Amino acid sequence: MANENARTDVVVIGLGAVGGVAILPLVNAGLNVIGLEAGGWMTTRDFAPDEVRNNMRDWPQAVPKAKNEIPTVRANINFEAVQGGGHPMMNGVGGTSLHYWAQSWRLNPWDFKTVSETTRRYGAHRLPVDSTIEDWPISYEDLEPYYDTVEYALGVSGNAGNINGALQPNGNRFEGARARAYPMPGLRSSVFTDLMSDAARQLGWHPFQGPAAINSEVYGDRPGCLYHGFCDRGGCHVAAKSSTAVTTIPEALKSGRLKVITHARVLRIVNDADGRATGVEYLAGNQVMFQPADAVLLASHTYENSRLLLLSRSRQFPNGLANNSSQVGEHYLSHHQGSPVTALFPRDLHNWYGLPAQGVAIDEWADDNFDHSDLDFIGGGNLWVHTNRRPIAAAKMSTFDQVPNWGAKWKAFISENADRTNSSYVQKTTLPYRGNRLDLDPLVKDKLGFPVIRITGEYRENEQRIAAFTQDRMEEWYRAAGAIQIIRSGLGGAMGASTHAYGGTRMGDNPQTNVTNRFGFAHEVKNLGVLGASVMGTSGARNPTLTAQALAWRTAEHLAQNWDTITR
Amino acid sequence: MNNKNKTGSELTQTHETSLSRRDLLKGVGLSGAALLTGASNPAIAQSINTQSTNDQVSHDQLSDVQTSPVRIRVTEAFETLTAAESYALDAFASRILPSDDGTPGAHEARAVHYIDRGLTSAMAASREMYATGLAALDAHAMEVGGTPFYRLPTSTQDAIIDAMTRNAIPSFPMLNTGFFNTVRNHTIDGTFSDPYYGGNRDFVGWDMIGYPGVRAVANSEEIRQGRALAPSRQSAYDMPSYTKDPADPSVSSATGGPAHGQ
Repeated sequence: MANENARTDVVVIGLGAVGGVAILPLVNAGLNVIGLEAGGWMTTRDFAPDEVRNNMRDWPQAVPKAKNEIPTVRANINFEAVQGGGHPMMNGVGGTSLHYWAQSWRLNPWDFKTVSETTRRYGAHRLPVDSTIEDWPISYEDLEPYYDTVEYALGVSGNAGNINGALQPNGNRFEGARARAYPMPGLRSSVFTDLMSDAARQLGWHPFQGPAAINSEVYGDRPGCLYHGFCDRGGCHVAAKSSTAVTTIPEALKSGRLKVITHARVLRIVNDADGRATGVEYLAGNQVMFQPADAVLLASHTYENSRLLLLSRSRQFPNGLANNSSQVGEHYLSHHQGSPVTALFPRDLHNWYGLPAQGVAIDEWADDNFDHSDLDFIGGGNLWVHTNRRPIAAAKMSTFDQVPNWGAKWKAFISENADRTNSSYVQKTTLPYRGNRLDLDPLVKDKLGFPVIRITGEYRENEQRIAAFTQDRMEEWYRAAGAIQIIRSGLGGAMGASTHAYGGTRMGDNPQTNVTNRFGFAHEVKNLGVLGASVMGTSGARNPTLTAQALAWRTAEHLAQNWDTITR
Repeated sequence: MNNKNKTGSELTQTHETSLSRRDLLKGVGLSGAALLTGASNPAIAQSINTQSTNDQVSHDQLSDVQTSPVRIRVTEAFETLTAAESYALDAFASRILPSDDGTPGAHEARAVHYIDRGLTSAMAASREMYATGLAALDAHAMEVGGTPFYRLPTSTQDAIIDAMTRNAIPSFPMLNTGFFNTVRNHTIDGTFSDPYYGGNRDFVGWDMIGYPGVRAVANSEEIRQGRALAPSRQSAYDMPSYTKDPADPSVSSATGGPAHGQ
């Protein structure tokens, strides 16, 4: 029998980017909250500027739990799924928000209404026939107040493009209207981003500094970014990155109503005969513990959200909790961020110091910001170049077919060109499709004997056509900035394990096609909320974290405001 | 193996198997000099390294060495590589990033020491590949030139590596692109990593590609200088703000303490 802890109001599974946000409105409403986190606390002293540790040996990502649960991947059912080399997410208080790139985008309004907007503008026949896409049950306007709340609660830097309908000169003119400016101006530009911005303006485009959950100046008791160049997969050495570990979690702790239990490896969510969640079973050391609660918020990453539900079987839910509809794991997608374009310039770019979020974006070719009447796809990509370079990766640069990749000529080549190359990645509209899904791997298990998640997924024609189209735009941009050689990579095949993973517990009004309702609570388990990109039905052309955090705040606020209805 | 018969680059090997008494005495003095750190000139370091095994070196030269503010080579045991493996691997790495042009390469960066340490820890999965691959390399060299790989002329070494990159050594299946890519990747890692890990000695790798080094802050003025910016010449772990040890729990930090909320 499990040892039982004292009952609490809400137990939150995972104190990462979304669980670490949701706790704040809960404790503010006077609720007592227990946060179960598989990892431990990390401090600024852990975050050295060390490329070997961060980028090659996957530290701290590879700490305790996730590394034993690496998903298996296959393109479709004709292949056997194989386990990849690493897990994209990490454990720790703050989770992956400790070391993420911290680009903090709002989705565009179109991303919420892709079905109806495509139908209205071009006709329903333009939606890919094999896609399971639905409109979101909420609109951009519904989520705007929560975007605003988390931008200020965390600390997001950026230049507004549209404040209450008034276009702003330095921001993204395509963004949805926002109620007010960001709490901080955008991160500073660099020699390289200035070069690219000038080139974009020559092309008639509208470049802008991308938004980031990184302080561009002192915010509260945290300093501004020091641009030292080890932000990519590294935690911030001065806590300028607005991870939940240094923002909303310490803020919630001040209330005295949050208790953090670290190194808690959650095994399953338990339900009663009425189909309500009663609490969470977890492993502490070798001890199985049970944490009873009136409400459960599942706030792990997309892979673990589906896995925990599928592993939480009971008489009421023989196929996994909240899965009598067989929708857990469906509508999965990995964001199409691949198909990079890489450029060689005839001059040093001065990119040794900076960070991935210190970049310039072009939104002209994203979503439905351009006319698709004569095109053979819907959606698009956000063009993005950024300052980010470290020595080992720089030495492993492409040879651009100029020299062999070893020997004296190669040495001379990298000596001259290590700071002269740039690789862009373009985040693209990615749709859910029939056949792309998450389930439990029938063969591969973690060290406790539980199956890992199996990803079955591949990009389809719509994504590949966007990739080809946006590669053209990217090359045009690099050429305008003076690039002398360009390399394009392939258009995309199997969906790998990604930090940008969506679906599996999709949010929607129809319980036959969605696991969670418009507030993020399970249709089948009314006191179980699900947080994270697993509830998102579309990706848009930008990073998911801020949207997942805005949704998390909204779900938690809904719980606090409807406590009796949800928990009784 | 007698160091008198070696080429210049081989003279800088740090792990001779037959040292004279005089070599041993010099080794003691150089270990003392090795403790000196400061601004580094790779070319000087290289000349010192050559002197360290040169029979003609005088006491005066040695005292110059000892007062020079330069890091020089330390004689150091390998953790897992055998002597034969270390010779073969150093010769291999030295052809991937050679120093024929008079500037330091993988040998001077001590990439082999980085690989050796890695093979006992994070890169342990590659240990067997190195054992079989380097043995095959020496066996193939014996067939081709009658000596271990490291004693072949560099032109012959290059021809063998070139054949590896084309999978053109069918009699030794280990000598293929997979092994080449592993050694190449690890040689790069060892040459350009933080010196904490045993390579990038004297920051020769970072100097090679114009990286001005790790620093806690980079302001706009510094960045604008590009490769003209004065190198920081420090390891991440030379800075007091980082550690691989647990933080002192009595010291509060921005991310809270380990016992927070528990």
